[in-house]
Amino acid sequence: MSCEIDVSGLVKRFGANTVLDGIDLCLKPGERVAIIGPSGTGKSTLLRCLNYLDRPDQGKIAIGDLTVDAAKAGKAEILALRRRTGFVFQGYALFANMTARQNIMEGLTTVRGWSKEKAQDRADQILTQIGLGDRGDSYPSGLSGGQQQRVGIGRAMALDADLMLFDEPTSALDPEWVGEVLDLIRKIADGRQTMLIVTHEMQFAREIADRVVFMEGGRIVEQGPPGQIFGNAQDNRTRSFLRRVG
Amino acid sequence: MRSLDIAYMWDLVPVIAGYVPLTLFMAVISMIAALVLAAVLAIVRVLRVPILDRVVAVFISFFRGTPLLVQLFLFYYGLPQMLSFLTSINGVTAAIFGLTMHFSAYMAESIRGAILGVDRSQWEAAQSIGMTQGQLLRRIILPQAARVAAPTLMNYFIDMIKGTSLAFTLGVTEMMGAAQKEAAGSFLYLEAFLVVALFYWAIVEVLSVGQRRMEAHLGKAVAR
Repeated sequence: MSCEIDVSGLVKRFGANTVLDGIDLCLKPGERVAIIGPSGTGKSTLLRCLNYLDRPDQGKIAIGDLTVDAAKAGKAEILALRRRTGFVFQGYALFANMTARQNIMEGLTTVRGWSKEKAQDRADQILTQIGLGDRGDSYPSGLSGGQQQRVGIGRAMALDADLMLFDEPTSALDPEWVGEVLDLIRKIADGRQTMLIVTHEMQFAREIADRVVFMEGGRIVEQGPPGQIFGNAQDNRTRSFLRRVG
Repeated sequence: MRSLDIAYMWDLVPVIAGYVPLTLFMAVISMIAALVLAAVLAIVRVLRVPILDRVVAVFISFFRGTPLLVQLFLFYYGLPQMLSFLTSINGVTAAIFGLTMHFSAYMAESIRGAILGVDRSQWEAAQSIGMTQGQLLRRIILPQAARVAAPTLMNYFIDMIKGTSLAFTLGVTEMMGAAQKEAAGSFLYLEAFLVVALFYWAIVEVLSVGQRRMEAHLGKAVAR
């Protein structure tokens, strides 16, 4: 099967610091990939570049028939890329002036031009899916951390994106809320949504991922099925990292 | 020491009251224009639009750095000497123009601060779902910034109402000008200026009640 998402030669520098040093990554349709590695190795930057929240300096990102080349990416291409990639933030980043339902509807009405009624129906479906069917009218400030993150995931789900990007979705949560958020991501993964997830939850990565990618120093050091990476890593750096976190 | 001529003051009330609409007209028009201009200035600064950003910085610095009275005299008595099309400008228009420029500079800084106060992550979240710069400002950032800036902007509106009294120096007969004319005829300056002071005070008090209600309402919009 060919790549649904094809990232090639992605480079990102912050000043003199090269954060992504030539990333190549291919995701097949429905593939669920977990990215692990030490802090500051470019995992989050990679995700942010795939959504153009950080603009890569070089490289190409192809999603289906859309190819965005960092050398000549224009506004229209960037917006098109963002509409095909749903992003879930570590710190939820919900729109504070909108209710949970409105947060989910916003991308449908303002970006995709859906009618309010249609968007509302879709948002209500998603609210049920994320287990917040009765909290649609709550503002973010009235929701727990776990509920807020579930709305954040719901907002990304509403895009019907080809690729869902999860940037450490449970790192900012109190331990008591981690479970419900992981359950929701598991549910999405079970639906064979193509996804990339940066996580420190190794057990979770092992459980939901088809493939685990280990990054260090802005490069992909090693990748493979979870059983291989967690059980029989080939590279010393991978083994040393897993010893430290395990 | 003489006592206040209360009967005279009472007679002045309907006279001054007749000029309240003009004062409010100047203040409301200036406020609306200043709000629009201030929002544009603030956005230019926040987005650091090349070149324009520097122009706006100088504009704000000038209008905050010079007295309103001086600005009004510049517009009304000064500029027409160079720009002949301005000779036909009347005092009310010049006052509205001056008040707009002056207060937009202050308001732009409040709005800019309020915009920067909205958590950066919400900008990113709006971008991430594919919103354009205009959409994210209009839908996400400005509504939240407006809530934060509203009390300060209301204070500027109150200042503006009081500032309209300077239109008197441009030959406009508004509340202050009317009081001055009455006093010049009766020589009862204390009574006349006291009445006009009480009028301003009453208008501002009414607005302050409105301001408190508005703040309570805005606080409710995002339930805690």
